Amino acid sequence: MGTVAVDIQGVSKRFRLYHQKYMSLKERVIHAGRTPYTDLWALRDIAFEVNEGETVGILGRNGSGKSTLLKCVCGVLQPTEGQVVVRGKLAGLLELGAGFQPDLTGRQNIYLNGSLLGLAKSDIAKVFDEIVAFAELDQFIDNQVKFYSSGMYVRLGFAIAVNVDPDVLVIDEVLAVGDERFQRKCLDRVKEFQEQGRTIIFVSHSPDQVRAICDQAVVLSDGRMVGNGPPGEAVRIFREHLLEAGEILALGHADEEPAPSDLPAPVTSVETTDRLHPIRITEVTSVHPGTGERPYVITGEPLTITLNYTSAEPTTTASFVVEIRDSSSTVLLRTVSGDLGTQLDIPSGTGAVSFRYESFPFLDGVYDVSVGVEHRAGGQLYDWKEAAARVEVMNPTRTVGLVNLPVGVTLEVVTAGGYSVPVATGQAVGLPVEP
Amino acid sequence: MALEAAAPSGGAGRIKTTRVVSSHVTVPKRVVEIWRSRQLLFNLVGTEIRVKYKNSFLGLLWSLLAPAMTLIVYAVVFGVALKNGYPNFVLLLFSGLLGWNLFQTAVLTATGVIVNNAGLVKKVSFPREILALASVGSASVFFFFQSCVMVIFLVALHWRPAFGELWLIPVALVPLFVFASAMAIFLAAVNVYLRDTQHLIEVVVGSAWFWACPIVYSYQKVVHAGLADHHIPAWIYFLNPMTPIVMTFERVLYARTFVHLTTGSHPLAQLLPGWGPMTYVKLDALVLAVSLVLLYGAMVVFGRLAGNFAEEL
Repeated sequence: MGTVAVDIQGVSKRFRLYHQKYMSLKERVIHAGRTPYTDLWALRDIAFEVNEGETVGILGRNGSGKSTLLKCVCGVLQPTEGQVVVRGKLAGLLELGAGFQPDLTGRQNIYLNGSLLGLAKSDIAKVFDEIVAFAELDQFIDNQVKFYSSGMYVRLGFAIAVNVDPDVLVIDEVLAVGDERFQRKCLDRVKEFQEQGRTIIFVSHSPDQVRAICDQAVVLSDGRMVGNGPPGEAVRIFREHLLEAGEILALGHADEEPAPSDLPAPVTSVETTDRLHPIRITEVTSVHPGTGERPYVITGEPLTITLNYTSAEPTTTASFVVEIRDSSSTVLLRTVSGDLGTQLDIPSGTGAVSFRYESFPFLDGVYDVSVGVEHRAGGQLYDWKEAAARVEVMNPTRTVGLVNLPVGVTLEVVTAGGYSVPVATGQAVGLPVEP
Repeated sequence: MALEAAAPSGGAGRIKTTRVVSSHVTVPKRVVEIWRSRQLLFNLVGTEIRVKYKNSFLGLLWSLLAPAMTLIVYAVVFGVALKNGYPNFVLLLFSGLLGWNLFQTAVLTATGVIVNNAGLVKKVSFPREILALASVGSASVFFFFQSCVMVIFLVALHWRPAFGELWLIPVALVPLFVFASAMAIFLAAVNVYLRDTQHLIEVVVGSAWFWACPIVYSYQKVVHAGLADHHIPAWIYFLNPMTPIVMTFERVLYARTFVHLTTGSHPLAQLLPGWGPMTYVKLDALVLAVSLVLLYGAMVVFGRLAGNFAEEL
C-alpha cells in the first residue's frame, strides 16, 4: 500500500473526426492537404493516481471518455499528450474474448490469449485447469471456439483474464455479461483480487456497483475529470452531472424538465380557498442539517418537510399527507397526520405543519414529495400538490438497494459444551459520516 | 506504445515492471518490448500455420504438396514447352525460389496483417510489430517445408549441391530475414493508412520484383550478357537486395557454373558467375547492412503510425 500502481499524468487524447474518410491513394492525392476534419478531445488533462491495492471506479455518461481512458491505460491507444505509468503486470478486459481465434480449440485459445496477456507457456500450463474450471467448460475445451455459445465465449475470456495473475486489472463494463450466477462469480473473484491487494480499475454504468466495490471513484464528463473522491461523493457528482445534462439515471423522469440545482424547489400556490377547499397548501419546503450548504440529504439524516397553509375557517378534522415517491412513481412512503393519532386544531389564517423524519432511510436517488390535505375521515380532498418538492439523497455508505436501516452484526460460536458464546460484535448503526 | 522496464518491487515480493504508455517511445525500448513478447510471436505463428490448413483433408501435407506441384508446372513449362535447355532447370529454379518465396509470402501476408487483425489491435495491448514479424515467422515455417521438398528433389534427380559451401545458406538467410522484416513492418503500418498498399504490393512483389530477380532465368547467361551489350554497369542490377540472396542460394544448391545445354549441339554455357564464396559473403553483408538501416527506418515509421492504429481501423 502507498505505492502508486497506476499514475495517469495529464493525459489528453484527441480524435480527428474526418467528415469524409479518404483511404485510397487516389482520394488522398485529390484531397491532399485539405481533408476536412474536426478535432474532438475525448480526454482533457486527466490526472490521478491509483495506489497499489486500491479499487478505482470510473463513472461517466456515454461518450464521456471512460473507455478511451481505459484504452490509454492498457496501451491500446496512445495519449496525444501526457503519459500513463503502470507498475506491474496489467491485464485489460476491454472486451471479453478479444483475440480469440475461432478456428482454434478452447485449449489452444487459452495458450494464445495467455501469451497475449504476457504469460509464458509454463505459467499458462500451471493455471490451465483453474481457467477451465472457472469457465465451466470441461467438456468443451477441445472444441473449436467458433462453436461456443456467446456465454461460453465470455466465460472463457473472463476466466483467462482473472487467472493470469495480473497486478493491475482493468475492467470495462464486462461484468454485465453472462447470467446472474456467473456475474456473481466474477464479482466474487474481483473481491478476492481486492483482498489479495491487487489494483483494479473499473468502469461501470452502475453507481451501485461502484459503491459496492470501489475505494475511490473518478467521474468523467465530456472528457474532463469532474470528480475524484470516495465513491458516495463521486456517485453524487455523477448524478448531478446527469441532472445538468437533463438525464436522470435509471431513476429518471424522462418526461420532466431538468430540475433546478438548488433542490428542493419551493412551490407556491396561487389558488384561493373556497367552500370545497377550506384549506390550501401554499408552500412546501424541506429542511435537513445541510440546508444552505449542500442541495442533498445524506441517508440517515433527519429531514423535515414543512407545509405552509392558508385556512378559511377553524377546523379539527383536517389531515395532512406527505407522500414520497421514487422515479418510477412508486409510493415509498405515505404519512397521514390523521392516522398518526395527531389531531391538529387549525385556526383560520395561515400556518405551517411540519413532518419531521428522524432518520431519512432512502439511499441515493431523487425523490418527489407530493403533499395534500384531506378530511381526516377520508373521502374529501381539500388540496393536493403533486411533486411539490424534490429531495435528492446522497448515500456515503456501501449499502446498496433502496433503504439503509440500522443494523448490527453478531457472531456466535458453538463450543464443545453445546452453548454459544458471543465472540465478537460489530455494529453498523446509521452512517459513518464522512467529512 | 507500451514498454516495459524492470524495476524492483516493494510490494508482494514479486518483480514488478514499469510500463509507460505515451506517444514517444524510442526504437530500442520497443525492441526490448518485442523481445519480451517472443512467446506471443511463437503462438501467433503456430496459430497461423494451424489455421491455414484447418478443415482441409490433407492438412499440413499441403505445405509440401503445394510447392512441389508449382515446381512441376514450372518444370513442364520451361523444360518441355519453352525449352531453355538448362539441365535440371527445375533445381536452378527451385534454389532461387526458396529464398524468394520466403520474402514474398512474408511481405504479402504482413501488408494486410494489422488490418486483418483489427479486432485484436483495437482491444488488446501488445507490441504491434509482433503481428508483422509473425508473418515473417510463418513464412519461415513454410520455407522449412519447401527446403524439405528441395532435398527430396535433389535426391530424386541425383544432383550434388556444393556441400563445401553449404555455410553460405545461413549467410544469405540472415540478410533475408532482416530485409523481409523491414519490409513487413513498414508495409503493415502503411497499409493501415493507405489501403492501396495491399493491391500495389500484390503487383509489385507478386510479379515485377520476382522477374527482376534471376530466378526463372540465369544471371550470367541472360543479364550479364545483356547488360554488357548495352554498356550498362552490372551494379545497377544489384540494387535489388534480393538478387545477391537468390544468387547465393543458386550457387550453393545448383552449384554448376558451366553446363552443357540440352538443346541443339549441347553447347557449353555459363549459367552462374564464376565468383568465389567470399564474393557472395561480401554481397550478402552489404545487403545486411542496408537491411538493418531499412529495419530501423521501418521501426521508426511503425512507431509513429502505431499510436493511431486503434482509431484508424
